[in-house]
Amino acid sequence: MCDTCGCNITDGNRHLVEEGGKHATTDSGKEAVTVLQNLLSENDHTAAHNREHFDAQHVLAINLMSSPGSGKTALLEATIERLGREFRIAVIEGDLETENDAARVRDKGVEAVQITTGTACHLDAHMVHQALHQLSLDEVDILFIENVGNLVCPASFDLGQHRNVTLLSVTEGDDKPAKYPVMFRAADLMLVTKSDLLAVLDDFDPNKAEYHLRDLASDAQSITLSGKTGDNLEAWFDWLRDEVIAQEERVAKGLIQRPRVQPEGAQLHGHQHDHAHQHHHDHSHSHS
Amino acid sequence: MHELAVCQGLMQQVGLVAEREQASKVISITLQIGPLSGVEAQLLREAFPVAAVGTIAEGAELEIEQMPIVVECLQCGARGEAKVNKLVCGQCGDWRTRLISGEEMLLKSLELERGASDDAA
Repeated sequence: MCDTCGCNITDGNRHLVEEGGKHATTDSGKEAVTVLQNLLSENDHTAAHNREHFDAQHVLAINLMSSPGSGKTALLEATIERLGREFRIAVIEGDLETENDAARVRDKGVEAVQITTGTACHLDAHMVHQALHQLSLDEVDILFIENVGNLVCPASFDLGQHRNVTLLSVTEGDDKPAKYPVMFRAADLMLVTKSDLLAVLDDFDPNKAEYHLRDLASDAQSITLSGKTGDNLEAWFDWLRDEVIAQEERVAKGLIQRPRVQPEGAQLHGHQHDHAHQHHHDHSHSHS
Repeated sequence: MHELAVCQGLMQQVGLVAEREQASKVISITLQIGPLSGVEAQLLREAFPVAAVGTIAEGAELEIEQMPIVVECLQCGARGEAKVNKLVCGQCGDWRTRLISGEEMLLKSLELERGASDDAA
């Protein structure tokens, strides 16, 4: 987000800048300054920077979000097993504590960087940027960022990813999209996981989960699968293959893809103009 | 809870604007928060004084404008308010809508005191 091109001006607040202009004097005689900046513009700036790195290195970056224990790491293990020879995969793991998840992924033979956030309940763009310095991005086709297990906070922080994938395991209840609308609105793809347990659960209907997703005005695809048994994993792999191709095409055309749910202005201005970024380090470095 | 992190981002922005405007004091800060932003107005109010300590905004008043959720139907074109987990058209019931308002997480404006009393700063 920037405060120069007006990308924060939406239908909801346009009148503020059109009447009166940027400065006005209040009743008390003090100076009132209209700002209209996203509260996370510092994070968004770093996220845009991360995205530039991904695009420069032809990397597709995917942010995996879900509640704890919904099967993100198991899905990654199954994905690496099947697609590890087709694509060069790397993983950034976010957890409050332990290197356990990174170790699981490394056991499958891919590079993994663990971010331990301590008490922070989400990853932010800065943490991801730090982690990128430990990866050889030029040797990566798909970067998975496994966010901290949490259905609330991660939705608010752009990391620089191209797509958001939100997992919902069948043990959680099919009304989760209605309970956590901010998170599920952000999903470019919803994965209903642990489908092998549907046989013993009579209270989860994948169609209902999808129905609740549509209630959020989302047309995101929903795929029901099981990382454990491999059920329907091909649909997820096909989605990934399509996304890799789409990312290549975007990079070739100089287009930038942001995940779902970015303020409308940001979508419109597309970071194509000169942003006068003041980076604190050389932009041409390779993260080696 | 990420409201403290959001407040810290806010402090950074307030600091930059105050510096640009050569303000000596921030009197009030007005935010626009929509229900779909993922931040809770009440938690922001509680985090604000903590994040403001030692900054130019210490002691400033925090005003939060809670924005309504408004959607525009992509099928019939109707505009109207909607619920946080029911963003469908109130007229024709179609789910294909565009959000007009409701996900704001904006620093709308600042009320500042100019540095006339302390030009050396």
